[in-house]
Amino acid sequence: MQEDYIIQVRDLHKTFHTNNGSIVVLDNINISIKRGEIFGIIGLSGAGKSTLVRCMNLLEKPTSGSVIVDGRDLTSLSESELRRERQSIGMIFQGYNLLMQRTALDNVCFPLEIAGVKKKEARTKARQLLETVGLADKEKAYPAQLSGGQKQRVAIARALATNPKVLLCDEITSALDPTTTQSILALLKDLNQKLGVTIVVITHEMKVIERICNRVAIIDRSHIEEIGTVDEVFRRPNSAAARKLLYERSENIEKFTGNGKLLRLVFDGSSADRPIIAEMVLKCGTLVNIAFADTKNIHGKIYGQMLLQLPEDPVAVNRILSYLDSEHISYQEEA
Amino acid sequence: MTIGDLMKLTAEGFGETLYMTFVSTASAYLIGMPIGLILTVTDKDGIKPNPLVNGIIGFIVNVLRSVPFIILLIAVMPITRAIVGTTIGSSATVVPLVIAAAPYIARMVESSVKEVDRGVIEASLSMGASPFQIVYKVLLPEARPSLLLGAAITTTTILSYSAMAGVVGGGGLGDIAIRYGYHRKQTDIMIVMVVVLVAIVQVLQAAGNWISRRNDKRIR
Repeated sequence: MQEDYIIQVRDLHKTFHTNNGSIVVLDNINISIKRGEIFGIIGLSGAGKSTLVRCMNLLEKPTSGSVIVDGRDLTSLSESELRRERQSIGMIFQGYNLLMQRTALDNVCFPLEIAGVKKKEARTKARQLLETVGLADKEKAYPAQLSGGQKQRVAIARALATNPKVLLCDEITSALDPTTTQSILALLKDLNQKLGVTIVVITHEMKVIERICNRVAIIDRSHIEEIGTVDEVFRRPNSAAARKLLYERSENIEKFTGNGKLLRLVFDGSSADRPIIAEMVLKCGTLVNIAFADTKNIHGKIYGQMLLQLPEDPVAVNRILSYLDSEHISYQEEA
Repeated sequence: MTIGDLMKLTAEGFGETLYMTFVSTASAYLIGMPIGLILTVTDKDGIKPNPLVNGIIGFIVNVLRSVPFIILLIAVMPITRAIVGTTIGSSATVVPLVIAAAPYIARMVESSVKEVDRGVIEASLSMGASPFQIVYKVLLPEARPSLLLGAAITTTTILSYSAMAGVVGGGGLGDIAIRYGYHRKQTDIMIVMVVVLVAIVQVLQAAGNWISRRNDKRIR
């Protein structure tokens, strides 16, 4: 059976024309997002990820290519058909974009007003949604009276008001502190499970992808470099862009090591959760320096990497390498 | 002139000035506000860009705004006669005042509405709002504090324009100030009229500021 895709982006190109000539922002993008999944799109700023998500509801008109949402090609719709279709695609923004002159409750009512829902019905629905996002007591508050996290919760409730099939999230945690980010991500995951709404997350933060996404696309300089499950991409990043995003923090620390050779160990989720380095040191009878370590727990498996500084004695080095081989831990020597 | 006469004269001028100011402001808003909204919507960064419409309306607005009021006052006399039946008196002054103020209001409204955060408009578009819904559910309510402040500035500007009406036999405090102060050299009467005008402007501006602040939910 064919996979059930809710969003299909096909051969998408987007070129911006400026006074200094044309800039290709998206080049031959092909992405298929499955119904009910949380799909991440990660890239550094300027990679084109925001433009890509804005093409998914045609806030940005593609130069060529098609965007098919739930079987309908958005690029072929008339303006009024597109408006109706947009009511089933919720969107949340980094800057919240709430109506500053409306209360939290009236903000959530807003998309319902647009859709022509009766006021009383809209209010009931909006109250339920504010309760869902944990802001039942703030319905009369104006956005100026709410914290960043609370504003983003109102924005989430608002995006959910018309029971959308898809929720597009454009850098929604980038302006929030780590604790608030965690609670917003937990809320999204919860909504995905409870309501079955497909979520597309745009971010430049790996931790957002780790925390909630099923699959991830890596975008770099207008191209999709890699698409796969989060496990796959974290285990075997094929592209330079992926490795850069994954290992970004380690690159600076290498400089701080001394003379011996460096060995990069890669934990791919298959090695057991036991003190491998300590065992290695005991069994090989030689000491190593841990120059850097960064491991993550993703869906209960250990991923990450560690940079060891090896002893200068080649015999000891061989013992270490054969131990790692026997434990099936992949490694590579660093220059 | 006795104090009683002066009081009566002032009261008469005061009433006429307020009449001209408020009727002109209200009528000018009826014309200027939609024009300002059209200018915003059809702007190249607007929700329905239309360079032709924007260019034509923008040009007309600029032309009307660059004609000095004193000249406009005389130039539109045929129109005034056609509408009011006369070119003398307070009602006759309303016509040139509206013609002068409407383009001014259009620009005031345009600048207020353009302050509305682009992101909020984008969010509304993402929810499937039509251009009309965006205008009356997003642009106008979100720009309300700024629009009210603009209205206070506009009203006081129209008030000061109305004082020029005296030149062509209009009414109001300005008319009295010119007739008595300039033509009859009764400086004291002119000063009284100017003081009353200053007082009206102060009160209108303060009221406008207060209403605008009261209506701004961005203030905690």
